[in-house]
Amino acid sequence: MAKQATRDAYGKALVALGAENESIVVLDADLSKSTKTADFGKLYPERFFNMGIAEANLMGTAAGLAAAGKIPFASTFAIFATGRAFEQIRNSIAYPKLNVKIAATHAGVTVGEDGGSHQAVEDIAIMRAVPNMTVLVPADGEETRQVIRAAAEYKGPVYIRMGRLDVPLLFDENYQFEIGKANVLREGSDCVVFANGVMVAAAMEAAQELEQEGLQVAVVNVASVKPLDVETIISYAQKTGAVVTAEEHNIIGGLGSAVAETLGESAPTPMVRVGIKDTFGESGRPLELLEKYGLTKKEVLAAVKAVMAKK
Amino acid sequence: MTILELKRMANQIRQDIITMLVPAKSGHPGGSLSAADILTVLYYHEMNVKPEDPQWAERDRFVLAKGHAAPVLYAALAEKGYFPKEEMMGLRQTGRILQGHPDMKKVPGVDMSTGSLGQGLSAANGMALAGKLDKKDFRVYVVLGDGEMAEGQVWEAAMAAAHYKLDNVTAILDYNGLQIDGTTDSVMSSDPLTDKWQAFGWHVLEVDGNDIEELLAALAEAKKVKGKPTILIARTIKGKGVSFMENQVGWHGNAPNAEQAEQALKELREEAARLG
Repeated sequence: MAKQATRDAYGKALVALGAENESIVVLDADLSKSTKTADFGKLYPERFFNMGIAEANLMGTAAGLAAAGKIPFASTFAIFATGRAFEQIRNSIAYPKLNVKIAATHAGVTVGEDGGSHQAVEDIAIMRAVPNMTVLVPADGEETRQVIRAAAEYKGPVYIRMGRLDVPLLFDENYQFEIGKANVLREGSDCVVFANGVMVAAAMEAAQELEQEGLQVAVVNVASVKPLDVETIISYAQKTGAVVTAEEHNIIGGLGSAVAETLGESAPTPMVRVGIKDTFGESGRPLELLEKYGLTKKEVLAAVKAVMAKK
Repeated sequence: MTILELKRMANQIRQDIITMLVPAKSGHPGGSLSAADILTVLYYHEMNVKPEDPQWAERDRFVLAKGHAAPVLYAALAEKGYFPKEEMMGLRQTGRILQGHPDMKKVPGVDMSTGSLGQGLSAANGMALAGKLDKKDFRVYVVLGDGEMAEGQVWEAAMAAAHYKLDNVTAILDYNGLQIDGTTDSVMSSDPLTDKWQAFGWHVLEVDGNDIEELLAALAEAKKVKGKPTILIARTIKGKGVSFMENQVGWHGNAPNAEQAEQALKELREEAARLG
């Protein structure tokens, strides 16, 4: 299967957007080769601002550019965007609802060798709790392209979470991403897996394998974590009566929590969360870390069986 | 406006600050009064703005980095006609527009939401970069606090403004020497500020920030400086204009009661009478 890192798709999407829309500007914090904003910088140097290793100022400057009518994409690693510059995002961007796109790469343990200090496992939880913030987690290259475009068209702050690792290309141009909408990738009546990011491919593999055993497992890609497609989530929970969530994020505060909050209030359903179990990551090869931290097909399979036993 | 008219306006703004803080029962008189002359010169002489069209794309921008001095900004905007003066009596009250710290979503004329110290200069730089990109000649003014100099982000932004040669940014440091816990020297020394800003690549002017004429001259000079941003290190008196508030750290974040306000207003009205 062909692969592409979501950060690579981001870099290409930015270049395309830059050609179409003069208002798009890009800021980076000395990581443009890694976040892939460097290509935009080469083509549109006057609209590219390297802010140096100063993430607080990166976010604040992006806010000012937005206040003066620009559409800034502010990029750095997820840990620095949501960690170091949290309060700038909160007070200078989200509070005044400024039109800044926080396009963060290198999220999750698939950062790999750089280790736990650089692997954001809590970024979605942090961004999801900020009023006015939209939170998007694309699963592959095509979805990233569409997410970046949708973010640019939407007026207001958006957090986009992308990864370093090459991941399978799941979608083609017939796929349609929309902010606030989940995408049903596979129908099923026995159980539903709500997944995003790298876990979408794992969920699809698990569902295919379970079909061999006679189980019909639906897979829903929830790239829009906030706003959440509450309608689709409730309807698939009710239809299947067994829910699994899968994400490359702490099981606290991310997609699993968002789904649990929704179902807890509106449609209580047996549920198992697949994710990082409230721990930091470590150095290692990305695929080995996915295995070590329980983020593969294997855990999705086990979770489906566990939740079906609770039905 | 003539210099006398500017002085009268600064006096009126000081009266407004005291008046609006009474029903608010909380807020920051000291740092609002210290910056009254600065805001007066900006809004009534320097800045190209249209109160009837607060979002006018060509306007000069203002960022109150020391957002706790919101009353001085609200008074300047209200007197200028951005919103009805009666709004000032709703300061800090539920459901009203005048928040404890400036909110650009709620108040016509506020160009940036501020209040969390250290963030204002970055936003001002962003506006200035946009102006350069669009080849517009608007300028961006930002008033910083001296206690705020302890925030690292200020220096990140200072570095970036010089790097990007933002000569369309004029910063004014309200150097009143006091912050919540005491003198800035005792809490966290930031001197020598002139040397620091020069070392960061800025054109630095030292002025008396409570002297209208000195402020006018310095702002005129700042506009002529090309290739680098300018900062006015504006020496001020915290609580300026109200004898019992001047240089008193206790008036950083406490509102006057009705009796204290009456005394303050009496002094300010006497000053207005002297100005004629």
